[in-house]
Amino acid sequence: MKRASKIYTALMMIFLFAPIAILLVFSFNEAKSLSVFSGFSLKWYRELFRDTETLKAVRNTLILAVAAALISTVMGTAAAVGMNKLRNKYLRTALDSLTNIPMINPDIITGISLMLMFVFVGRLFGAATSLNFGTMLISHITFCLPYVILQVLPKLQQMDKALPEAAMDLGCTPLRAFFKAELPEIMPGVITGMIMAFTLSLDDFVISYFTSGNGFQTLPIRIYNMTKKTVTPKMYALATIIFFVILTLLLISNLYDEEMVQKRREKKLNKKQAKEAKT
Amino acid sequence: MKRSIALALAAMLLCTVFLTGCGGGGSSKTLTLNVYNWGEYISDGSEDSFDTVREFEKWYEETYKQKVKVNYTTYASNEDMYAKLASGAVSFDVVIPSDYMISRMLKENMLLELDFNNIPNYKNIGETFRNLYYDPDNKYSVPYTYGVVGVIYDANVVDAADTGGWDLLWNEKYKGNILQFNNSRDAFGTAQYKLGIDVNSTDHAEWDQALAELKKQAPLVKSYVMDEIYNMMESGEAAIGCYYAGDYFTMIDAQAENVDLKFYYPESTNYFVDAMCIPSCCQNKELAERFINYMLSPEPAIANASFIYYASPNSAVYTDEGYIEEMGEETMEILYSQVDKFGELYNKYAYRNLEQETLDYVNSLWETLKIN
Repeated sequence: MKRASKIYTALMMIFLFAPIAILLVFSFNEAKSLSVFSGFSLKWYRELFRDTETLKAVRNTLILAVAAALISTVMGTAAAVGMNKLRNKYLRTALDSLTNIPMINPDIITGISLMLMFVFVGRLFGAATSLNFGTMLISHITFCLPYVILQVLPKLQQMDKALPEAAMDLGCTPLRAFFKAELPEIMPGVITGMIMAFTLSLDDFVISYFTSGNGFQTLPIRIYNMTKKTVTPKMYALATIIFFVILTLLLISNLYDEEMVQKRREKKLNKKQAKEAKT
Repeated sequence: MKRSIALALAAMLLCTVFLTGCGGGGSSKTLTLNVYNWGEYISDGSEDSFDTVREFEKWYEETYKQKVKVNYTTYASNEDMYAKLASGAVSFDVVIPSDYMISRMLKENMLLELDFNNIPNYKNIGETFRNLYYDPDNKYSVPYTYGVVGVIYDANVVDAADTGGWDLLWNEKYKGNILQFNNSRDAFGTAQYKLGIDVNSTDHAEWDQALAELKKQAPLVKSYVMDEIYNMMESGEAAIGCYYAGDYFTMIDAQAENVDLKFYYPESTNYFVDAMCIPSCCQNKELAERFINYMLSPEPAIANASFIYYASPNSAVYTDEGYIEEMGEETMEILYSQVDKFGELYNKYAYRNLEQETLDYVNSLWETLKIN
């Protein structure tokens, strides 16, 4: 039984990581091939850093993801706070399901309908081009919003309702009460929501594809468009770099979390000891 | 509390509007040229090559004393490009569709007539690359690249005596070593060329004949492929396949040690031409024409031809000594052996847009082949 579970775990690991391992190995290939490894070389990394269009696409993707994540986090948190305040149960459930629709909706439908809307509005104002960075940003915020709300709302519901009230009793303005008392309490949800929004925006292809216009292309679109000729190993190099950056970020954040937990524990312990010393 | 949320929301909205404005605007002093091209289809400065777009910007400023910014965007297929343009949501000044797409766009009034006074370098385009069927009077397009389908084989497996025609793809000796196209038009094409039938036929009986030929071939075929052909041929997994000449060179670059890929043209085969056009949504036609003219001048044209590895219809390229030397004798032979009679062969053998009715019929035949 034990052996079976070990084999099962090994299989899972292989399925999860074999593609990444292959990519990693072939990014160091001397030749252009994906099937023949002819020698170790950093050639494709050099090529990658010379490819201005691809680097521009990476920059575009990051700008878009950061902007979409920040804006959708602020908007989503505000929306969640508002929804949490609603007294009417039916209205609240209705709003809740309403925000879920974009999440359940297939990407391709969201993409096409957003594009049609932008074209329609653009025509109304007589613009020659209605798709640009702005439209892409709006689309990304649109599909990120529900995920942020989904992360923040439960935290608000878990929070002690008396907390902001107490803050206001002690003389805080409502806004100050929100920032001083409520926000720190729901922060983990806000952060998770932001990270989710960032990653979703980073690897979205379908919606970006429909809403991208002249000149502004993200990385997934650029790679897709390389298929007339073959995708060059430059892209393996890029994917490897992205993989390692994400890995380090994950490690750092995990270590940081661990440290935070430990510090908190120590703090509690110290307080306890102080209390005990007093008595 | 409510008011603060409302304020925050309003601020967000303003922010979005502001950002939108940033994305769309450009200063009035700098001209903008929107170019829409296939991915990896221009010399872009990688591997020490010529950076066409940047060089054009430099050249334009020197020649016309005006700054220009090229917004370069790519697409993956003719259909993608068509869909974007037809949606009316974008505006491009130069596009580079393939032949059949040009004839479709012409039918739908999506292209503008070119003013050849602004494109004096058109003289570089070889005589045999004019008057092609999709633009018979050379009014709307300037050819950029062309390609010819040929047969690629592994000389370590295939006997040289068996090569030369489409027969090789039907040769029982190489059972399980043959790759066939995985799209109806190209697959039927190989059978039609083999049988000497017109590939643009509207006669159902002729298509049936081609299907029978493909069914005969089916047991010999290893698999039906498109871009997978690269890896399968490079690694020696399969020994016979057909693709464009330019792609053959990509495969050679990456072939395994025990593989020795060779290439030949059967007597009749398919051709494609990709040509530069100006779509009707163009915002600055003169600038677009100047760009096309620049692309035809020797330096960028040669750089692009050696980067893409497809044949160029530009005589400033294929008669240039430096280019000939760089390509080598064998490559030149493969890429340009048909220059003298290109127009004639092209108009006779190349695929054209089929009527919807024929297309549906062909697709239904293709289904029956794939099911078996």
